[in-house]
Amino acid sequence: MNTRTTPLAARFGALIAATALLAGCASQTSTAADDTDTATAAESVVVVDAWVKTADEGMSAAFGEITNNGDTDLTVVSASTEASSMVELHETVENESGEMMMRQIEGGFVIDAGDTLSLEPGGSHIMLMGVTAPIVAGDDVTFTLTFADDSTLEFTAPAKDYSGANETYEGDDMDMDMDSHEDSHEDTDESADE
Amino acid sequence: MAPRREPTAGRGHATRRQFLFGGAVAGVGAAAAVGIDYALNRPVEAADAASAPLNGDVTVPFYSAHQAGIDTDAQSHGLFVALDLLDDVDRDGLRRMMRILTDDAARLTQGEAALADSEPELAVAPARLTVTFAFGPGFVSRAQRKAPAWLQPLPAFTVDRLEPAFSDGDLLIQIASDDALTVAHTARMLLKDTRSFATVRWTQQGFRRSYGSVAPGTTMRNLFGQVDGTANPKPGTADFDTVVWASSGWLAGGTSMVVRRIHTDLDKWDRLDRNGRDQSLGRYHSNGAPLTGTDEHDEPDFEATTSLGFPVIPEFSHVRRSRSDNPTERIFRRAYNYDDTPVGAEVSNSGLIFVSFQADVDAQFTPLQRRLDELDLLNEWTVPIGSAVFAVPPGCAPGGYIGDTLLA
Repeated sequence: MNTRTTPLAARFGALIAATALLAGCASQTSTAADDTDTATAAESVVVVDAWVKTADEGMSAAFGEITNNGDTDLTVVSASTEASSMVELHETVENESGEMMMRQIEGGFVIDAGDTLSLEPGGSHIMLMGVTAPIVAGDDVTFTLTFADDSTLEFTAPAKDYSGANETYEGDDMDMDMDSHEDSHEDTDESADE
Repeated sequence: MAPRREPTAGRGHATRRQFLFGGAVAGVGAAAAVGIDYALNRPVEAADAASAPLNGDVTVPFYSAHQAGIDTDAQSHGLFVALDLLDDVDRDGLRRMMRILTDDAARLTQGEAALADSEPELAVAPARLTVTFAFGPGFVSRAQRKAPAWLQPLPAFTVDRLEPAFSDGDLLIQIASDDALTVAHTARMLLKDTRSFATVRWTQQGFRRSYGSVAPGTTMRNLFGQVDGTANPKPGTADFDTVVWASSGWLAGGTSMVVRRIHTDLDKWDRLDRNGRDQSLGRYHSNGAPLTGTDEHDEPDFEATTSLGFPVIPEFSHVRRSRSDNPTERIFRRAYNYDDTPVGAEVSNSGLIFVSFQADVDAQFTPLQRRLDELDLLNEWTVPIGSAVFAVPPGCAPGGYIGDTLLA
């Protein structure tokens, strides 16, 4: 039992979780990292509106709303999924020349008590660096978030075709199109036959 | 602001009550003037509480035994999009597509942005938005399931001049709302999510009176000026349920949908005087009353004769011909008008997107259409140029998806 949240907050959290399930978007399960009777970070967190961009190979990204319903700040230190051999937590920041660049965030995503972190195209996101098999529209991709207290939270994100989220990757000269699949929509019908 | 939900499944009771109340106040005349004076002098917070709620906030529940957009009081704007499945889409592909489209529709109809919605601000005014999915023969065969016998193109009728550009299709999406911008955004969002599965075959855009122009529930008028749909069974009645809802197999709780594009020759119609128009229809154009009655909903008396012994409602009239002696041969119409860019020297390119729902096309729709094909004076001014038949699956529960009775 989480004694640190008020009944109202607990009910609200449950409502969000129920809404997520109703909308068929992000079902989730959390695991406790230790045996103490205080809530783990994972138990305080709700993920809703999760989705991942389709990709044939290479890179992709996952988005959604991560809410910390607990009364202590927490940190997401890593994310993982079987859909990608390498996963990073990225933020998007302005570089010296004024361009928006994405880069791995140092120390992970910090979410203050009661706050929601929005992962969205053009902003912070979960970066899939090595897509292992094509992620096609309507697939469910399962992700695991790991928090600073070693607790973990699993959530499912449906895959959606999306033409945006083509952020420039810091430290690289070329624009990284995270989904070569999308380019083909603009000039040919190749994607339809793949 | 949280969208306002209609209290009952999609029939606009809230708005209807508001309208009736408003009408009652206006009808009192002098008392209304007193009311206005009172309203002007009331404290601000009371006036705010009484201010008209926004129709844009009104939502129709998505999750239900039946899909919305059938027994929903018809919205002002209707868009019909037919898609062809890509060759490589298999049963699993259909399932993935319908899960995505269901999630989009479930969110957008409740005034929430879809996932990956690039224009989330356009989702905030659903204005009774409904999204209704229907499957053509190709969809069911791709799902490797048995289709009802009626799920095929209608038999050829002599009046038909069908164009492939307005006919058939594997998947139909009906998007309807009182707000045209909402319809456009919803279509854009859904069609972005069908790109991996299908291509657009045709779209038909239709309209009725705008929200607020006439009392909710008023029978629509088509561009001939006719009151169109008087004989419809009333949603919420046992009669409606019998006419519309299928009861067996994966279609239980669903229905069938016939979409026919009927071009109307308004130039030729212009040459017909008012009496000729009334005779061809069998109803008065003024208020839709049968030629044997005075009110729209008076039952036509087909036995009544003139002093010369001819039927008052002519044998060749649309009302007479579309009325079968067999009570099972009835349908529920939910049509929209279209008015597109004229071609060549014409000044209008107009007509009706005829839409009907019925439990069984062969038993209910086709016999009626045969009667009209054989004889209906309105055929002089109308030409069917598109035709398509779809199976409308039932609604779904939260966590499910439209089509899950076929694909799960």
